[in-house]
Amino acid sequence: MDITLTINGERRTLPLEDPRVTLLDALRQHLDLPGTKKGCDHGQCGACTVMLNGRRINACLTLAVMHQGDEITTIEGLGTPEALSPLQAAFIRHDGFQCGYCTPGQIVSATAMLAEFREGWPSNVSNDLSAPRLDDEEIRERMSGNLCRCSCYPNIVDAIRETAESVA
Amino acid sequence: MSEPITFKRHLRMNTPEKADFFDQTAQGVLSQPLDRPEGKLKVTGTASYADDVHPPETAYGWFVRAPIAKGWVTGLNTAELRAMPGVLAVIRDDRMIMHPAQGQQGKSPPQGPSEVFYAGQPVALVVAETFEQARDAAQAARPELIDRSDKAALKLPLDDYETPKSKQAAQGDLDKAMTEAAFAVDQVYETPSMSHSAMEPHAAVAWWDDGKLTVRGSYQMLKTNVAELADALGISARKVRILAPYVGGGFGGKLGISHEAVGAAIAAQRLGRPVAIALHRRNVYEATHRRSESRQRIRLAAGADGRLAGIGHEAWVSSMFGDSFSEPVTQASPFTYAGENRVIGHHVARLNLTAPGSMRAPGEAIGVPIVELAMDELAQAAGLDPVELRLRNIPDEDPSTGKPFSSNRLEDCLRQGAERFGWADRPEPGARREGEWLIGMGMASAVRVNTLEPSEAAIILLPDGTARVETDMTDIGTGSYAILTQIAAEALGLPVERVTTVLGDSDLPPSSGSGGSFGAASSGSSVLLAAQALRAQLAERMGCDADEMTLKDGQAIAGNRTRALPDLLAGDTLRGEGAIDPGATSQTVRQATWGAQFAEVAVSTVTGEVQLRRLAATFACGRILNPKTARSQCIGGMIFGIGSALTEHVAHDPRDGHFVNRDLAEYHVPANLDVPKIDIAFLPDRDAHANPMQAKGIGELACCGTAGAIVNAIANATGKRFREFPVTLDKVLAALG
Repeated sequence: MDITLTINGERRTLPLEDPRVTLLDALRQHLDLPGTKKGCDHGQCGACTVMLNGRRINACLTLAVMHQGDEITTIEGLGTPEALSPLQAAFIRHDGFQCGYCTPGQIVSATAMLAEFREGWPSNVSNDLSAPRLDDEEIRERMSGNLCRCSCYPNIVDAIRETAESVA
Repeated sequence: MSEPITFKRHLRMNTPEKADFFDQTAQGVLSQPLDRPEGKLKVTGTASYADDVHPPETAYGWFVRAPIAKGWVTGLNTAELRAMPGVLAVIRDDRMIMHPAQGQQGKSPPQGPSEVFYAGQPVALVVAETFEQARDAAQAARPELIDRSDKAALKLPLDDYETPKSKQAAQGDLDKAMTEAAFAVDQVYETPSMSHSAMEPHAAVAWWDDGKLTVRGSYQMLKTNVAELADALGISARKVRILAPYVGGGFGGKLGISHEAVGAAIAAQRLGRPVAIALHRRNVYEATHRRSESRQRIRLAAGADGRLAGIGHEAWVSSMFGDSFSEPVTQASPFTYAGENRVIGHHVARLNLTAPGSMRAPGEAIGVPIVELAMDELAQAAGLDPVELRLRNIPDEDPSTGKPFSSNRLEDCLRQGAERFGWADRPEPGARREGEWLIGMGMASAVRVNTLEPSEAAIILLPDGTARVETDMTDIGTGSYAILTQIAAEALGLPVERVTTVLGDSDLPPSSGSGGSFGAASSGSSVLLAAQALRAQLAERMGCDADEMTLKDGQAIAGNRTRALPDLLAGDTLRGEGAIDPGATSQTVRQATWGAQFAEVAVSTVTGEVQLRRLAATFACGRILNPKTARSQCIGGMIFGIGSALTEHVAHDPRDGHFVNRDLAEYHVPANLDVPKIDIAFLPDRDAHANPMQAKGIGELACCGTAGAIVNAIANATGKRFREFPVTLDKVLAALG
């Protein structure tokens, strides 16, 4: 069967012979978008974070066949080496990565997280559910679904805070 | 491009490098916080890791695991699997390895698909047209077994541990010192099995071309990885090429080749097409390496003034059958603190568990924090401030060998670190409370041995005055791309934009690889030597001595003459080759890196939760090549320490030893919210005995001690001692009563 979906603003047709193909493997193996990484294939590490219709999800936990007509944004859709997104540039400046393997997921996740925040979503650590403030603890809580074994967490928080402040 | 003209420089590190080369250079890019040159690729998803590129016609492999701790696999439902959709091969080959190679092993680990030493051991490989088909078929595999799990060694009585003669040491009479001590500590501590848990699972994509094998792999040490893979396959190392331009974390877990490299190579050979194997996360946990659990007995004998008369550090660890590696827990204990009476003990159990191997700072990562727990207990017993106790016990020379230290900055680290942290504000044990939270501070010394390994590199200086650094060194997140670029740029007087660094290809000059915190110092020294070979040639072309010439911004300056490099090169391409070897300075002095770590914690009296409020550390580890990447290495190392202190623990099933929590949901590496502000300070430092750059290892030192500081802070907060890592909620609640 053919699945048609919009990836990074471009309509793509995915010939799918096997319904077991996850969205993650479809991106990596069938659509030539290996920027999204596979760390656990179990929704535990966040390395495969992509945006589905604007919301961040783990691409390993969903099947490609479920996404007819959906809009997917991957790391490749946020910026390129020649034209970095503000978050991508901030991650470089603050050294928000070391090995770089979790980094695409961190950046996609942070991009969506900042949008969630701007829409007023509270988190588990928000003191005021109606008007959360994006302090470091909020960033840390909201980014805890993305593991980084090199453990660049403090630098990741710095990069996100700086971007949030400059965009706000 | 013209044929390069080659110049070579080799250095065996027999004497200290008194003249500091980088004090004479002018470019000013070394020791600057350069952004990682490969950063743009990593943040855009365009850096290609092992499993990110599949050649056309790639088939996919998935391993079948042994469901028993001990025994034999005598057969498999191969015909049934072979008939499943897309299945191309079901492979049980005598060349398959039983467990990964140890770091720098350079030859194959034990091989064969039949005898089983641990639950989860790969015993067959299913290859199919697609990933999904391979996975499905492998999960339908039914190995025929002779199950001897009832005879498996999962835990041994202490009497049954091996005591290798070469790993014991004693001086003086510790028993007597303990009897005569004004204050003594004699305690047993335990640390659990742990796992590297790099974010990128081990992966290999292999293909053969005219009898030559190429593997895209996720490995740390390509020189020995090639030798290991060639030996496993029974072919010449000249026929093997490994590509690892980006490695998604290693931490020692990718030092040696693993199942996927050998499996993919065998399958690709059999099928005549490329084969990709990315280990599933549970294979990574079960079938690659882990850090051994340890039992450690510490004895400290101190006089009334807190000065140590004796130290005993004995460790009981486990190892794979037949393996010479065992976690060198006591590695820093012969020289960290003074004391004329000393016992070092090392005992090894051969267990039917996932094979132990090197994990970030093997030895000191778990040995140092435990010594530091005992020192904290001694400080309390002696009524001394913990920092003061350590200051009183810094030896003037290596107390076990009488050799001088090349550099010992422990006192500076302790004093400056304490000041920076605000250690003077430390409460009395159990005395500070904020609502349900008990607040405490703890500290620990950090120490890690420093070494140099043989390493080679080349720099190609092109006619346009740009340079390309080439070595088979890897960047596993450590910053190799950044620092090697900076070293070459500084030594050749080039802006960093004119230097490209190419790594991770075994066809390039063989380096030390990434491991043991020697990578930056070893590979960096070889790049420096290559640059010096080029400088000598450039000086000759300038008609002056190399030390009369300044290289800056792509120009050579001597006296009142300035010439641009393209002019000086006159269309020639120059190739500088550098090689460093360790020499006498590895033997004549005790080399180590030093630090002091501090932690503040809040412990909930209701839930037993430990929250870290802040961590701080001061380190002395020679010249800092890039303070930005160095700081990240230290942060990462310290957060490894958080995991060790509070959350990380491999649960081995007591029935068959299998790795129960074999995924990232159940093996708890620290997450973002677990991590507080971390303050890192580097002391200005040089070590002329270390290498010509006077730089030393960093990434491992940072995780030696952190767990000690945290657990000592918990003791300070609660007034209770915790002698078993990790200090989880259940243990805290039980202690608080």
